[in-house]
Amino acid sequence: MYRYIVNRVLLVVPTLVGAAALVFVLMRLIPGDICMVRLGSGGASVDPRALAVCHAELGLDRPLVLQFLDFAWGFFRLDFGISMWSGKPVAEEIAARLPISLEIAVMATVVAILIAIPLGTISALWQNSWIDHVVRTVAIAGIATPSFWLGIVSILVVLDVSHALFGAAWMPPIDYVPFWQDPLRNLSMVILPALTVGYRYSAVTMRMTRSAMLEVLREDYIRTARAKGLAEQLIINRHALKNALLPVVTLIGIEFAFLIGGLVVTEQVFNLNGVGRLFVLAVQNQDYTLTQALVMLTVAIFVLVNLAVDLLYAWLDPRIRFG
Amino acid sequence: MVDLAPPYAPTADDDVAQSSRSWRAAIIDFCRRQPLGTVGLALVLVMAAAGLSAEWIAPYSPTANDFAVMTEPPSWAHLMGTDQFGRDLFSRIVFGARTALIVGFSCAIVGGGAGLVLGVASAYFGGRVDLLLQRLLDVVMAFPLIIMALAVIAIFGSGVFNVIVAITIPLIPRCARVVRSSALAIREVLYIDAARACGFGHARIILRHMVPNVLAPFLIMLTAFVGQAILAEASLSYLGLGVQEPTAAWGLMLQGGAEEYASTAPWIAVFPGLAIALTVFGFSLFGDALRDALDPKLRDR
Repeated sequence: MYRYIVNRVLLVVPTLVGAAALVFVLMRLIPGDICMVRLGSGGASVDPRALAVCHAELGLDRPLVLQFLDFAWGFFRLDFGISMWSGKPVAEEIAARLPISLEIAVMATVVAILIAIPLGTISALWQNSWIDHVVRTVAIAGIATPSFWLGIVSILVVLDVSHALFGAAWMPPIDYVPFWQDPLRNLSMVILPALTVGYRYSAVTMRMTRSAMLEVLREDYIRTARAKGLAEQLIINRHALKNALLPVVTLIGIEFAFLIGGLVVTEQVFNLNGVGRLFVLAVQNQDYTLTQALVMLTVAIFVLVNLAVDLLYAWLDPRIRFG
Repeated sequence: MVDLAPPYAPTADDDVAQSSRSWRAAIIDFCRRQPLGTVGLALVLVMAAAGLSAEWIAPYSPTANDFAVMTEPPSWAHLMGTDQFGRDLFSRIVFGARTALIVGFSCAIVGGGAGLVLGVASAYFGGRVDLLLQRLLDVVMAFPLIIMALAVIAIFGSGVFNVIVAITIPLIPRCARVVRSSALAIREVLYIDAARACGFGHARIILRHMVPNVLAPFLIMLTAFVGQAILAEASLSYLGLGVQEPTAAWGLMLQGGAEEYASTAPWIAVFPGLAIALTVFGFSLFGDALRDALDPKLRDR
């Protein structure tokens, strides 16, 4: 067991270093120069001396290896440097936008779990019935529907319905208020994005729940439980679902890390000033420090969630730790 | 594999006739067993037909502005209405199908092909090569698809070709991972040993003996990839970082005007989104049905 844990934890290091190197190289391959963008607007010529000063200021004139080591060491200390665009510390920029993104992510996960596990189980229990077909169709539709379009349509519906009901069109608020300050305002802002992101998330989870349940329901121990006359509900809750949930939990964990990718688009639709929006802005402004910090953050979350899921798995299933 | 050939010994003469008959039988059988998959296939075929013959189907040019008919609701003259520049939405959607399919198939085939070779090679060589390759793929896999694509776009810039590159790169490790696990099982089979004993080269064993045997999971994944690539392209174009105006692309059609005119001209937002959703829906349904049909374990379920 300890050997497995140590091996698995050590595996994280090369992945993170590799990802950091990849991000670093990618960002340096970008044509165009942040200093050119800063100093000259449009096609105006830039004073080479001012350019050199700007390069020195941002540390772009030092050897690449040093720049990389600086970057890696900074990341290790959670110090991502200063945003090349706004001039504020990157950590500060991210921290200001993290709460709303995190809130949407968590709520989307809750939505997904609440929809997916019951429906997936029902779908598996009545396999090939009309319920099963409906659930599967809804699930595939969830994977196929672009979340940004779902967002636009849901805004449209809210506008029309509010107009019909109250005579005035209502739009969700745009500036973020923490939940404990004004719960109603906070929720009215976050609920639509959480639902649109959560639908896709639940679709993926639903399919996994269904196929895992189908697998488990064919196991011998389920037949044994039935043969000894156990109530069907008990068999499903205690014997089947418990075992089927293992891969489902894995998927939920991995998809949570991928939510950040989904938020990039969704925040754009709802005009929310979150981390995803910041990412698009950073790419558009060629803000190296901000972009690399955000990409590394996403990758780190992904790698750590994966690690947690693997360790949880090993703890739950002894075949893995000794295999 | 489903073998539905009639139970008589084929002769050289009726070889062609029989293979077309068994193909037809296989297709009919597929439609009967997989009604949802058939719906998916139909959707895919409709979109493919639209994309291939866009010039003949579209009543207007996808880029022609007609300022007399800006934001017109759907009518007989403009089946899906017009956008804020007076362009016919139906024509733009038909031409958008071409963009979506070009991006979808190019990404799936190039990304899948590269993943197939890497995955099989990784399993075949094993040892250090496998370990190194897997760690490398781990690194690329750690980037969510859209984040990786954005990073690549940031370097190469936007446009159709660059979008294809940006979406293809993250697909490669995802394909290689799945192919590797199927190829690992095949590596242990006797005919690979036999081929090695015959003194065949690595390339021949990989391409002629291992690749054909992982084609079933590969094809299933490929259909999923086409859908994923179409979705990713739409997202990038929506963010303004993908296909650029005036090319007709569904994601691009949802950008800007769609939100601005959402309450007064909802058709601008509704139809392109429906086109994306239905196409990806079609590919997913078809891919699912294909998996059920090709996987003997699932066939009786």
